[in-house]
Amino acid sequence: MATTSLATGRAVPGKPKSNFFEQVKKQKELVLITIPFIVYFFIFNYLPLWGLTMAFQNYKPYRTFWEQEWVGFKHFQKLFTDPAFYRVLRNTLAMSLINLAFSFITAIVFALLLNEIPKQLYGFKRVVQTISYMPHFLSWIIVCGLVSTILSMDDGIINNLLLALGLVKEKIHFLGKPEYFWWIVGFTNVWKSMGWNSIIYLAAITSIDPCLYEAAAIDGYGRFGRMWHITLPGIKSTIIVLLIMNAGWILNAGFEIQFILGSNGLVLDVSETIDIYVLKKGFAGTAGSGFAFGTAAGMFKTVCSAAILLICNKVSGWLGEERLV
Amino acid sequence: MKRSVGDKIIDAIIVFFMLLVIIAMLYPMWNTLAVSLNDARDSIKGGIYLWPRKWSLYNYQSIFKTDKVFNAFLISVARTIITTILNVFFSGLLAYVLSHREFVLKRFTTVFMLMTMYINAGLIPQYFLYRNLGLNNTFWVYILPAMVGAFNVIVIRTYINSLPPSLAESAKIDGASEMKIYFYVIFPMCLPVLATVALWVAVGAWNDWFTSYIFAPKQSLSTLQYEMMKIISSSMQQGAAQTPDYLQQSKSQQSSMVTPNSLRASMTIVATVPILVVYPFLQKYFVTVNIGSVKE
Repeated sequence: MATTSLATGRAVPGKPKSNFFEQVKKQKELVLITIPFIVYFFIFNYLPLWGLTMAFQNYKPYRTFWEQEWVGFKHFQKLFTDPAFYRVLRNTLAMSLINLAFSFITAIVFALLLNEIPKQLYGFKRVVQTISYMPHFLSWIIVCGLVSTILSMDDGIINNLLLALGLVKEKIHFLGKPEYFWWIVGFTNVWKSMGWNSIIYLAAITSIDPCLYEAAAIDGYGRFGRMWHITLPGIKSTIIVLLIMNAGWILNAGFEIQFILGSNGLVLDVSETIDIYVLKKGFAGTAGSGFAFGTAAGMFKTVCSAAILLICNKVSGWLGEERLV
Repeated sequence: MKRSVGDKIIDAIIVFFMLLVIIAMLYPMWNTLAVSLNDARDSIKGGIYLWPRKWSLYNYQSIFKTDKVFNAFLISVARTIITTILNVFFSGLLAYVLSHREFVLKRFTTVFMLMTMYINAGLIPQYFLYRNLGLNNTFWVYILPAMVGAFNVIVIRTYINSLPPSLAESAKIDGASEMKIYFYVIFPMCLPVLATVALWVAVGAWNDWFTSYIFAPKQSLSTLQYEMMKIISSSMQQGAAQTPDYLQQSKSQQSSMVTPNSLRASMTIVATVPILVVYPFLQKYFVTVNIGSVKE
């Protein structure tokens, strides 16, 4: 009872710290609650790491761990000499960059414009916000279904509109043309996440001191001048932190939309990402012959992702922004 | 600030732009709803945009008549409700424990938990783990791996730390156990943040099809989203072979009461409405929690 207050276990200043075991004894209730959680995280998140050993074995499911044949980096060599691997890497990076650029710019512009809706139209602003968040809650499956309906050759609204406006002579098979695929993914991402991503910028905008706007107005800045010189600098740090952190997820270009919209075979060359590659290689072949290779490919992605995340986190720290990890 | 004519023109442009955004966001779902409520054979003629031409509930009747869909609906509902309750309860409990600033295991547990957000053994080791635990092709594979979320714990802990500590302290002095304090004092005070976390978990569980696809492909464990996924992938694959002429042909050949398109539209509505009904009520909590999580 000497070092911690009765009530909350918080330190009472000025008393010496007791040793570890005394503290554990004193807080045994909290410790007892915590242990199952540690065990849980260990089983579901740390134990599978053991499975990474498969990446270095000629894994056969019917053998025990001790009977497996160790092959060193053979699977990684195979991975780095597979032309398909470079193709999926290219697709992943391309779609990630398109998504990053698109969703960043649109979310910021959307937040700026929402902020410019006059105060008298507050109700309208709320409605726009509520509706723009909605797609975030739809599953990718549903979104893919909607996209394929809209872009359909058979009575899809986009084709009908283009025809009616005379912009095209005949209907375009959007989902069957490799040159459109990345952009369709990009636009779909914007549709799904623009409203949701704007929340954080809107919140940052509300914390800007209103006096600044008044001062700028007196100095003769117009609407756009104020947006450019007050609002944007005001949310600059939020933008930088989010940009860096999102750059950390560059190898996660998404999985579901490419998997489903790309499944028609015509666009496989441009649609497959690393995740799809891991899935297909891992569960390919009979009797689990692809497990080892799939694990190796997955491991490559995890290691690179972790490295990129750490770098981004460091960069964020150097720039004097709050570190997120 | 006074508004000049120029300002008013800009306002009008912004409002116009926002109307376009609303239309773009709403149209696809609205159109799907209209198609799902229209007679399937009539829909083949095309031209259903905003309003059904020939009202019919037959599409909905026919999907719920098939045991497959009804069973998938029940599984979806069950896994969503159970996962949400467990995840919110356990994430909140761990958050409460970690909110004790002098707790001996606080640092270790926090780091051990946060690491799980960044390390990931990958799909195949995960598959083996679940297989060894006997989870594959059981209902448990939906529940057990999703009982606590590191991110949720951090968000709730941030919230608990912002509460005045006096209530928990006085309960402690009255001799209440930590579990009791959590349940009767902390839990009710955290309702706003717990509601938000509940929404995230529920949306995630409801929208997930990948777990079924990899770990529980058995028909009796299929979820609505997985059924949707099967329908959409098969239509995508058929679409690959289609040419406009082929489409014209198939239009005249249709004779059944339900068509794949109408079926898909009504399935989409059934798989979406539960989420869309809940979320406007929780919207007011989003902003606060979003900021809180970023500052962490």
